[in-house]
Amino acid sequence: MRDEERGRWFVMPSLVLLSIVTIYPLIYVLYLSLQRRLLIFDVSRFIGIDNYLFLLKDDRFFNAFKNTLYFTIMSVTLELLLGLAIALLINRSFRMKGLIRAIVLIPWAIPTVVSAKMWEWIYNTDFGILNYLLGVKINWLGSPFWAINAAVFMDVWKTTPFVVILLTAGLQVIPKDLYQAARVDGAGRWDIFTRIVLPLLKPVILVVLIFRTLDAFRVFDAIYVLTGGGPANTTETLSIYAYKVLFQTLQFGYGSTLAVVVFLCTGGISIFYIRLLSRGVKL
Amino acid sequence: MRRALFYLLIILLALYCAGPLLWQFITSLKPDTELTKLPPILPTSSTMDNYISIFKGNPFLRIILNSAIVAASTTTLSLILGSLCAFGLAKLRIGYKGLILGFVLSVSMFPPIATVSPLYLIIRALGLRDTLFALIITYTTFSLPLAIWVLTNFFREIPDEIYLAARVDGCTPFQVFYKIMLPLAAPGIFATAILVFIFSWNEFLFALTFTSTVASRTIPVGIALFPGLHEVPWGDIAAASVVVTIPLIILVFAFQKRIIEGLTAGSIRG
Repeated sequence: MRDEERGRWFVMPSLVLLSIVTIYPLIYVLYLSLQRRLLIFDVSRFIGIDNYLFLLKDDRFFNAFKNTLYFTIMSVTLELLLGLAIALLINRSFRMKGLIRAIVLIPWAIPTVVSAKMWEWIYNTDFGILNYLLGVKINWLGSPFWAINAAVFMDVWKTTPFVVILLTAGLQVIPKDLYQAARVDGAGRWDIFTRIVLPLLKPVILVVLIFRTLDAFRVFDAIYVLTGGGPANTTETLSIYAYKVLFQTLQFGYGSTLAVVVFLCTGGISIFYIRLLSRGVKL
Repeated sequence: MRRALFYLLIILLALYCAGPLLWQFITSLKPDTELTKLPPILPTSSTMDNYISIFKGNPFLRIILNSAIVAASTTTLSLILGSLCAFGLAKLRIGYKGLILGFVLSVSMFPPIATVSPLYLIIRALGLRDTLFALIITYTTFSLPLAIWVLTNFFREIPDEIYLAARVDGCTPFQVFYKIMLPLAAPGIFATAILVFIFSWNEFLFALTFTSTVASRTIPVGIALFPGLHEVPWGDIAAASVVVTIPLIILVFAFQKRIIEGLTAGSIRG
């Protein structure tokens, strides 16, 4: 019984820090979002939900929302498909498996800012290796159509390793004799994949989807460094727009409103997936 | 034939993953005149000029040092707080355990942009702007959920009997923690340390917001804001990228098993 009292002392420091640095600011940001607050003039006035009403008429917000959705859906879908393919490929035993697994981890370990700079150079219209290898002269980051897809591609490159690791771990849990039994029963590769591998991998796939969707939805540094949100705001995501309103125009009230919207969306996404997950595990 | 196809795919995969970094490395060795020429892909005469120039007359060393201090302090703090909390959750009787774990997990899902404006105001009010301390505290908080989840999983795998036996022998819970449990959970602690270190070495949004001068600038911000008077100094950027990525590549190659263990313990087994 006395252990229970002592247990608190182990857990408390972390919980206190988490509350001070995340919960308190979260309440604070909600309060800021109800203010008209300009950092340069030290103006702060309570205006209720005016910021939220303004948001509904803000075309740039809807544009950022659309870009964020496009980026999230495209990159998460591609990462999952590519990650699954790579995980299946390297799940066999072969020589130098350890080395290949380490190489696959490289993009994940590179700082996002560094990888954005790397890809900016690869995408360079005049001296970029991509145009040289493809024998074309496309202005990847300067054209509205290509820029967002270039950002998606960079993100896919950067974060597929994470998907591969989790899916590989999930694959290893599947008992080997299941495959053999299925083969004895005359199941082909495709049958084994769709009837054994995919269903057993479902919980892991859902976990991967939670992490990747949340990360993609709040994307900031990758795109901010690659394109800065341009050209003509075609790559501006919600986080980038919120950041610009906050720290470039110094409108802390409206910027906080945008930040709250990002928070609400990620909260909604988490709840949606966790529901799916808890249902999936029970089955 | 099948085998050959398999290895061809493996080689393509390796090229896809390592290629961009390799290209950055090649770029870093090119003299300025050859940067704007393709072909040749490989430089006809390689040079260390770009590496010399980033360290000369440039606050790059200071920036690397800042990042090292921030990442090392964050890792230490997260491990201390995180292992205490994880031990409590895994081995001690505490009320509302599920609630606490749920709270910790939900914090890890917070988008950083949601808390950056209030944190900025708080840090400014406390006079902590442009200090490494502000970054260390923020990063520690944002790494704690990961540390707690990974370590709780590792502590859970240590049999309860060990804990009870030590208690019967007269150890206090804290003594059991640091004399017996910590050494046993060493692999988990190590995995956590690498993950937290990589996170704090790479973080950008808070570093960009909380710092304004070189005194506290970290590597990602330093590279994003690379000084260029007239044109983008691609050679310098490439050299800087290679320098700051090398420690991470060494970590990944030396400890890939541990990293994978940590990543999977933090998400799947949870």
